[in-house]
Amino acid sequence: MSEAKQINEQTLSLAKEYVGHLEAGDSEAADNTLAELTDIRESQLFNELGRLTRDFHETLNSFSSDERFATLAQDDIPDARERLNYVITKTSDAAHKTLNAVEDALPLCETLEDSLVSLNSEWEKFLSKEMKPQEFRNLSLVIKDFFNSSGKDIRVVRNNLNDILMAQDFQDITGQIIKRVITLVSEVENNLVELVKLGSNLGIKNDANKKKEENDTAEAENLAGPQVPGLESDTIVASQDDVDDLLSSLGF
Amino acid sequence: MNKDMKILVVDDFSTMRRIIKNLLRDLGFTNTSDADDGQTAWPMLKSGSYDFLVTDWNMPGMTGIDLLKAVRADPDLASLPVLMVTAEQKKEQIVEAAQAGVNGYIVKPFTAITLKEKIDKIFERIENAK
Repeated sequence: MSEAKQINEQTLSLAKEYVGHLEAGDSEAADNTLAELTDIRESQLFNELGRLTRDFHETLNSFSSDERFATLAQDDIPDARERLNYVITKTSDAAHKTLNAVEDALPLCETLEDSLVSLNSEWEKFLSKEMKPQEFRNLSLVIKDFFNSSGKDIRVVRNNLNDILMAQDFQDITGQIIKRVITLVSEVENNLVELVKLGSNLGIKNDANKKKEENDTAEAENLAGPQVPGLESDTIVASQDDVDDLLSSLGF
Repeated sequence: MNKDMKILVVDDFSTMRRIIKNLLRDLGFTNTSDADDGQTAWPMLKSGSYDFLVTDWNMPGMTGIDLLKAVRADPDLASLPVLMVTAEQKKEQIVEAAQAGVNGYIVKPFTAITLKEKIDKIFERIENAK
Protein backbone atom coordinates (compact mmCIF):
# COMPACT_ATOMS: atom_id res chain seq x y z
CA MET A 1 0.00 0.00 0.00
CA SER A 2 1.33 3.43 -0.91
CA GLU A 3 2.07 6.00 1.75
CA ALA A 4 -0.56 8.41 0.46
CA LYS A 5 -3.25 5.69 0.40
CA GLN A 6 -2.31 4.58 3.88
CA ILE A 7 -2.60 8.19 5.13
CA ASN A 8 -5.97 8.55 3.39
CA GLU A 9 -7.38 5.41 5.02
CA GLN A 10 -6.03 6.45 8.36
CA THR A 11 -7.62 9.90 7.97
CA LEU A 12 -10.93 8.37 6.87
CA SER A 13 -11.12 5.97 9.79
CA LEU A 14 -10.23 8.75 12.25
CA ALA A 15 -12.88 10.99 10.68
CA LYS A 16 -15.52 8.25 11.06
CA GLU A 17 -14.41 7.78 14.65
CA TYR A 18 -14.70 11.57 15.17
CA VAL A 19 -18.26 11.62 13.81
CA GLY A 20 -19.10 8.62 15.97
CA HIS A 21 -17.81 10.38 19.09
CA LEU A 22 -19.74 13.54 18.24
CA GLU A 23 -22.96 11.58 17.66
CA ALA A 24 -22.42 9.76 20.95
CA GLY A 25 -21.92 13.15 22.63
CA ASP A 26 -18.45 12.18 23.88
CA SER A 27 -16.68 15.52 23.39
CA GLU A 28 -13.45 14.52 25.12
CA ALA A 29 -12.95 11.49 22.84
CA ALA A 30 -13.92 13.68 19.84
CA ASP A 31 -11.24 16.27 20.77
CA ASN A 32 -8.61 13.53 21.04
CA THR A 33 -9.54 12.15 17.60
CA LEU A 34 -9.46 15.63 16.12
CA ALA A 35 -5.95 16.14 17.58
CA GLU A 36 -4.82 12.90 15.92
CA LEU A 37 -6.27 14.08 12.59
CA THR A 38 -4.44 17.42 12.88
CA ASP A 39 -1.19 15.59 13.60
CA ILE A 40 -1.49 13.62 10.37
CA ARG A 41 -2.18 16.82 8.39
CA GLU A 42 0.72 18.68 10.02
CA SER A 43 3.23 15.92 9.45
CA GLN A 44 2.20 15.89 5.76
CA LEU A 45 2.75 19.65 5.54
CA PHE A 46 6.13 19.39 7.24
CA ASN A 47 7.15 16.60 4.91
CA GLU A 48 6.17 18.69 1.89
CA LEU A 49 7.90 21.78 3.21
CA GLY A 50 10.97 19.71 3.97
CA ARG A 51 11.03 18.33 0.45
CA LEU A 52 10.71 21.80 -1.12
CA THR A 53 13.44 23.19 1.11
CA ARG A 54 15.71 20.31 0.18
CA ASP A 55 15.00 20.84 -3.56
CA PHE A 56 15.60 24.53 -3.26
CA HIS A 57 18.82 24.02 -1.37
CA GLU A 58 20.07 21.41 -3.83
CA THR A 59 19.22 23.52 -6.87
CA LEU A 60 20.85 26.61 -5.43
CA ASN A 61 23.91 24.53 -4.57
CA SER A 62 24.01 23.07 -8.04
CA PHE A 63 23.85 26.58 -9.47
CA SER A 64 26.67 27.92 -7.34
CA SER A 65 28.82 24.83 -7.65
CA ASP A 66 28.11 24.49 -11.38
CA GLU A 67 31.12 26.07 -13.02
CA ARG A 68 29.24 26.23 -16.28
CA PHE A 69 26.71 28.61 -14.73
CA ALA A 70 29.45 30.90 -13.44
CA THR A 71 31.25 30.83 -16.79
CA LEU A 72 28.01 31.72 -18.54
CA ALA A 73 27.60 34.93 -16.57
CA GLN A 74 31.26 35.94 -16.32
CA ASP A 75 32.69 34.95 -19.68
CA ASP A 76 30.19 33.67 -22.18
CA ILE A 77 27.68 36.53 -22.16
CA PRO A 78 30.33 39.26 -22.62
CA ASP A 79 31.96 36.95 -25.15
CA ALA A 80 28.67 36.66 -27.06
CA ARG A 81 28.38 40.44 -27.10
CA GLU A 82 31.84 40.63 -28.64
CA ARG A 83 30.96 37.98 -31.19
CA LEU A 84 27.83 39.81 -32.24
CA ASN A 85 29.76 43.06 -32.56
CA TYR A 86 32.20 41.19 -34.74
CA VAL A 87 29.31 40.02 -36.91
CA ILE A 88 28.35 43.68 -37.43
CA THR A 89 31.93 44.58 -38.41
CA LYS A 90 32.33 41.57 -40.64
CA THR A 91 29.07 42.09 -42.53
CA SER A 92 29.71 45.82 -42.87
CA ASP A 93 33.20 45.18 -44.29
CA ALA A 94 31.82 42.68 -46.78
CA ALA A 95 29.10 45.07 -47.92
CA HIS A 96 31.62 47.90 -48.43
CA LYS A 97 34.07 45.63 -50.26
CA THR A 98 31.27 44.54 -52.58
CA LEU A 99 30.01 48.08 -53.12
CA ASN A 100 33.55 49.33 -53.86
CA ALA A 101 34.00 46.63 -56.49
CA VAL A 102 30.64 47.45 -58.09
CA GLU A 103 31.31 51.20 -58.06
CA ASP A 104 34.69 50.61 -59.77
CA ALA A 105 33.34 48.21 -62.39
CA LEU A 106 30.15 49.99 -63.45
CA PRO A 107 31.83 52.97 -65.21
CA LEU A 108 34.09 50.52 -67.10
CA CYS A 109 31.04 48.64 -68.34
CA GLU A 110 29.44 51.91 -69.40
CA THR A 111 32.59 52.93 -71.35
CA LEU A 112 32.72 49.52 -72.99
CA GLU A 113 29.09 49.79 -74.01
CA ASP A 114 29.56 53.33 -75.40
CA SER A 115 32.60 52.20 -77.46
CA LEU A 116 30.67 49.24 -78.84
CA VAL A 117 27.74 51.44 -79.90
CA SER A 118 30.07 53.87 -81.70
CA LEU A 119 32.17 51.12 -83.37
CA ASN A 120 29.01 49.38 -84.48
CA SER A 121 27.76 52.46 -86.33
CA GLU A 122 31.19 52.91 -87.99
CA TRP A 123 31.20 49.26 -88.99
CA GLU A 124 27.73 49.57 -90.53
CA LYS A 125 29.07 52.51 -92.54
CA PHE A 126 31.97 50.34 -93.76
CA LEU A 127 29.69 47.42 -94.69
CA SER A 128 27.39 49.67 -96.71
CA LYS A 129 30.53 50.94 -98.51
CA GLU A 130 30.04 54.52 -97.36
CA MET A 131 33.50 54.76 -95.85
CA LYS A 132 36.42 56.55 -97.45
CA PRO A 133 39.89 54.87 -97.33
CA GLN A 134 41.27 57.51 -94.90
CA GLU A 135 38.23 57.03 -92.62
CA PHE A 136 38.85 53.31 -92.65
CA ARG A 137 42.50 53.80 -91.67
CA ASN A 138 41.31 55.95 -88.74
CA LEU A 139 38.74 53.32 -87.80
CA SER A 140 41.36 50.59 -87.76
CA LEU A 141 43.37 52.66 -85.23
CA VAL A 142 40.25 53.17 -83.09
CA ILE A 143 39.61 49.41 -83.21
CA LYS A 144 43.21 48.73 -82.13
CA ASP A 145 42.80 51.12 -79.18
CA PHE A 146 39.51 49.48 -78.31
CA PHE A 147 41.13 46.04 -78.22
CA ASN A 148 43.79 47.35 -75.86
CA SER A 149 41.54 49.31 -73.49
CA SER A 150 38.63 46.87 -73.42
CA GLY A 151 41.00 43.99 -72.68
CA LYS A 152 42.39 45.94 -69.73
CA ASP A 153 38.92 47.00 -68.51
CA ILE A 154 37.47 43.53 -68.75
CA ARG A 155 40.32 42.20 -66.58
CA VAL A 156 39.49 44.85 -63.94
CA VAL A 157 35.80 43.90 -64.06
CA ARG A 158 36.73 40.26 -63.73
CA ASN A 159 38.97 40.99 -60.73
CA ASN A 160 36.21 42.99 -59.11
CA LEU A 161 33.72 40.18 -59.64
CA ASN A 162 36.18 37.88 -57.93
CA ASP A 163 36.49 40.38 -55.06
CA ILE A 164 32.69 40.36 -54.73
CA LEU A 165 32.71 36.60 -54.74
CA MET A 166 35.35 36.50 -52.02
CA ALA A 167 33.61 39.14 -49.92
CA GLN A 168 30.73 36.73 -49.43
CA ASP A 169 32.88 34.64 -47.10
CA PHE A 170 31.44 36.74 -44.27
CA GLN A 171 28.32 34.57 -44.42
CA ASP A 172 30.19 31.44 -43.36
CA ILE A 173 32.01 33.16 -40.50
CA THR A 174 29.09 35.17 -39.19
CA GLY A 175 26.78 32.18 -39.56
CA GLN A 176 29.02 30.12 -37.32
CA ILE A 177 29.32 32.88 -34.76
CA ILE A 178 25.57 33.43 -34.64
CA LYS A 179 24.97 29.69 -34.24
CA ARG A 180 27.25 29.66 -31.21
CA VAL A 181 25.44 32.60 -29.70
CA ILE A 182 22.11 30.84 -30.30
CA THR A 183 23.42 27.79 -28.41
CA LEU A 184 24.52 30.02 -25.57
CA VAL A 185 21.15 31.77 -25.43
CA SER A 186 19.39 28.36 -25.28
CA GLU A 187 21.63 27.36 -22.40
CA VAL A 188 20.85 30.55 -20.50
CA GLU A 189 17.17 30.02 -21.24
CA ASN A 190 17.25 26.48 -19.83
CA ASN A 191 18.92 27.68 -16.66
CA LEU A 192 16.34 30.43 -16.29
CA VAL A 193 13.50 27.95 -16.85
CA GLU A 194 14.94 25.82 -14.01
CA LEU A 195 14.95 28.87 -11.75
CA VAL A 196 11.39 29.81 -12.69
CA LYS A 197 10.21 26.20 -12.08
CA LEU A 198 11.81 26.30 -8.67
CA GLY A 199 10.19 29.65 -7.97
CA SER A 200 6.74 28.39 -8.97
CA ASN A 201 7.11 25.36 -6.67
CA LEU A 202 7.73 27.78 -3.83
CA GLY A 203 4.57 29.75 -4.68
CA ILE A 204 6.20 32.80 -6.29
CA LYS A 205 4.72 31.94 -9.67
CA ASN A 206 2.45 34.97 -9.62
CA ASP A 207 5.40 37.30 -9.28
CA ALA A 208 7.10 35.67 -12.23
CA ASN A 209 3.96 36.11 -14.34
CA LYS A 210 3.68 39.71 -13.29
CA LYS A 211 7.30 40.31 -14.31
CA LYS A 212 6.60 38.78 -17.71
CA GLU A 213 3.67 41.14 -18.22
CA GLU A 214 5.85 44.10 -17.25
CA ASN A 215 8.47 42.99 -19.77
CA ASP A 216 5.85 42.67 -22.48
CA THR A 217 4.69 46.22 -21.85
CA ALA A 218 8.24 47.53 -21.96
CA GLU A 219 8.85 45.72 -25.22
CA ALA A 220 5.73 47.18 -26.84
CA GLU A 221 7.17 50.64 -26.27
CA ASN A 222 10.35 49.76 -28.12
CA LEU A 223 10.58 49.70 -31.90
CA ALA A 224 9.73 46.39 -33.50
CA GLY A 225 12.80 46.32 -35.74
CA PRO A 226 13.44 43.85 -38.55
CA GLN A 227 11.11 40.88 -38.65
CA VAL A 228 12.53 37.40 -38.08
CA PRO A 229 10.93 34.64 -40.19
CA GLY A 230 8.77 32.39 -38.04
CA LEU A 231 8.42 35.03 -35.33
CA GLU A 232 5.99 37.34 -37.09
CA SER A 233 2.95 38.68 -35.28
CA ASP A 234 -0.31 39.97 -36.72
CA THR A 235 0.47 43.53 -35.66
CA ILE A 236 3.03 43.77 -38.41
CA VAL A 237 2.68 43.85 -42.16
CA ALA A 238 4.17 40.99 -44.15
CA SER A 239 5.25 42.77 -47.32
CA GLN A 240 5.54 46.00 -49.27
CA ASP A 241 2.12 45.22 -50.81
CA ASP A 242 0.57 45.21 -47.33
CA VAL A 243 2.22 48.56 -46.59
CA ASP A 244 0.78 49.96 -49.82
CA ASP A 245 -2.69 48.59 -48.99
CA LEU A 246 -2.57 50.03 -45.49
CA LEU A 247 -1.46 53.44 -46.79
CA SER A 248 -4.07 53.50 -49.54
CA SER A 249 -6.73 52.70 -46.91
CA LEU A 250 -5.51 55.87 -45.18
CA GLY A 251 -6.04 57.90 -48.34
CA PHE A 252 -2.54 57.66 -49.81
CA MET B 1 10.86 64.92 -62.45
CA ASN B 2 14.14 66.80 -62.23
CA LYS B 3 17.04 64.32 -62.25
CA ASP B 4 19.37 66.99 -60.83
CA MET B 5 17.30 67.42 -57.68
CA LYS B 6 19.19 67.43 -54.42
CA ILE B 7 18.52 64.34 -52.33
CA LEU B 8 19.49 63.66 -48.70
CA VAL B 9 19.76 60.02 -47.63
CA VAL B 10 19.61 59.42 -43.84
CA ASP B 11 20.42 56.01 -42.35
CA ASP B 12 22.63 54.98 -39.42
CA PHE B 13 24.07 52.06 -41.42
CA SER B 14 26.67 53.30 -43.90
CA THR B 15 26.13 50.24 -46.11
CA MET B 16 22.43 51.06 -46.46
CA ARG B 17 23.27 54.69 -47.30
CA ARG B 18 25.64 53.48 -50.01
CA ILE B 19 23.10 51.02 -51.39
CA ILE B 20 20.39 53.68 -51.56
CA LYS B 21 22.77 56.24 -53.13
CA ASN B 22 23.90 53.68 -55.71
CA LEU B 23 20.30 52.79 -56.54
CA LEU B 24 19.45 56.47 -56.87
CA ARG B 25 22.45 56.98 -59.17
CA ASP B 26 21.23 54.07 -61.26
CA LEU B 27 17.88 55.88 -61.55
CA GLY B 28 19.72 58.98 -62.77
CA PHE B 29 19.87 60.95 -59.50
CA THR B 30 23.49 61.89 -58.90
CA ASN B 31 23.07 64.93 -56.65
CA THR B 32 22.90 63.02 -53.37
CA SER B 33 24.28 63.57 -49.87
CA ASP B 34 23.95 61.47 -46.75
CA ALA B 35 23.72 61.73 -42.96
CA ASP B 36 23.85 59.07 -40.24
CA ASP B 37 20.91 60.25 -38.15
CA GLY B 38 18.28 62.97 -37.74
CA GLN B 39 20.57 65.21 -35.70
CA THR B 40 23.20 65.29 -38.44
CA ALA B 41 20.54 65.61 -41.14
CA TRP B 42 18.65 68.53 -39.58
CA PRO B 43 21.27 71.32 -40.07
CA MET B 44 21.94 69.97 -43.59
CA LEU B 45 18.24 70.20 -44.43
CA LYS B 46 17.97 73.67 -42.90
CA SER B 47 20.84 75.13 -44.94
CA GLY B 48 21.07 72.84 -47.95
CA SER B 49 17.92 73.52 -50.03
CA TYR B 50 17.20 69.80 -50.55
CA ASP B 51 14.42 68.66 -52.87
CA PHE B 52 13.86 65.20 -51.46
CA LEU B 53 14.52 63.36 -48.17
CA VAL B 54 14.96 59.58 -47.90
CA THR B 55 15.18 58.45 -44.27
CA ASP B 56 15.37 55.37 -42.08
CA TRP B 57 13.23 55.24 -38.92
CA ASN B 58 15.30 53.58 -36.20
CA MET B 59 18.47 55.62 -35.66
CA PRO B 60 20.35 56.71 -32.56
CA GLY B 61 20.27 60.41 -31.70
CA MET B 62 17.24 61.55 -33.66
CA THR B 63 14.92 58.99 -35.26
CA GLY B 64 13.45 59.28 -38.72
CA ILE B 65 9.92 59.83 -37.41
CA ASP B 66 11.14 62.74 -35.27
CA LEU B 67 13.01 64.13 -38.26
CA LEU B 68 9.82 63.87 -40.34
CA LYS B 69 7.79 65.66 -37.64
CA ALA B 70 10.46 68.39 -37.40
CA VAL B 71 10.41 68.83 -41.18
CA ARG B 72 6.62 69.16 -41.28
CA ALA B 73 6.67 71.64 -38.36
CA ASP B 74 9.26 73.89 -40.03
CA PRO B 75 7.80 76.59 -42.31
CA ASP B 76 10.78 76.39 -44.73
CA LEU B 77 10.76 72.61 -45.02
CA ALA B 78 7.09 71.70 -44.50
CA SER B 79 6.50 70.82 -48.15
CA LEU B 80 9.70 68.71 -48.58
CA PRO B 81 8.79 65.24 -49.96
CA VAL B 82 9.85 62.52 -47.51
CA LEU B 83 10.27 58.81 -48.29
CA MET B 84 10.74 56.46 -45.36
CA VAL B 85 12.85 53.33 -45.96
CA THR B 86 12.80 51.20 -42.82
CA ALA B 87 12.68 47.72 -41.29
CA GLU B 88 9.80 48.87 -39.05
CA GLN B 89 6.81 46.80 -40.14
CA LYS B 90 4.35 47.43 -37.32
CA LYS B 91 0.98 48.64 -38.62
CA GLU B 92 0.74 51.30 -35.92
CA GLN B 93 4.13 52.66 -36.96
CA ILE B 94 3.12 52.90 -40.62
CA VAL B 95 -0.07 54.70 -39.54
CA GLU B 96 2.01 57.01 -37.32
CA ALA B 97 4.29 57.87 -40.25
CA ALA B 98 1.26 58.51 -42.48
CA GLN B 99 -0.28 60.78 -39.87
CA ALA B 100 3.04 62.63 -39.51
CA GLY B 101 2.85 63.38 -43.23
CA VAL B 102 5.20 60.90 -44.90
CA ASN B 103 4.98 60.79 -48.73
CA GLY B 104 6.03 57.16 -49.16
CA TYR B 105 6.91 54.14 -47.02
CA ILE B 106 9.22 51.30 -48.07
CA VAL B 107 9.98 48.29 -45.86
CA LYS B 108 13.44 46.72 -45.85
CA PRO B 109 14.63 44.59 -47.50
CA PHE B 110 13.45 46.33 -50.66
CA THR B 111 14.21 46.18 -54.37
CA ALA B 112 15.43 48.76 -56.87
CA ILE B 113 12.04 48.52 -58.61
CA THR B 114 10.14 49.36 -55.41
CA LEU B 115 12.36 52.39 -54.84
CA LYS B 116 11.77 53.61 -58.40
CA GLU B 117 7.99 53.07 -58.17
CA LYS B 118 7.67 54.99 -54.90
CA ILE B 119 9.81 57.91 -56.08
CA ASP B 120 7.86 58.10 -59.36
CA LYS B 121 4.57 58.03 -57.45
CA ILE B 122 5.64 60.73 -54.99
CA PHE B 123 6.68 63.17 -57.73
CA GLU B 124 3.69 62.29 -59.91
CA ARG B 125 1.39 63.32 -57.06
CA ILE B 126 3.33 66.51 -56.47
CA GLU B 127 3.10 67.33 -60.21
CA ASN B 128 -0.64 66.62 -60.24
CA ALA B 129 -1.22 68.74 -57.16
CA LYS B 130 0.40 71.79 -58.82
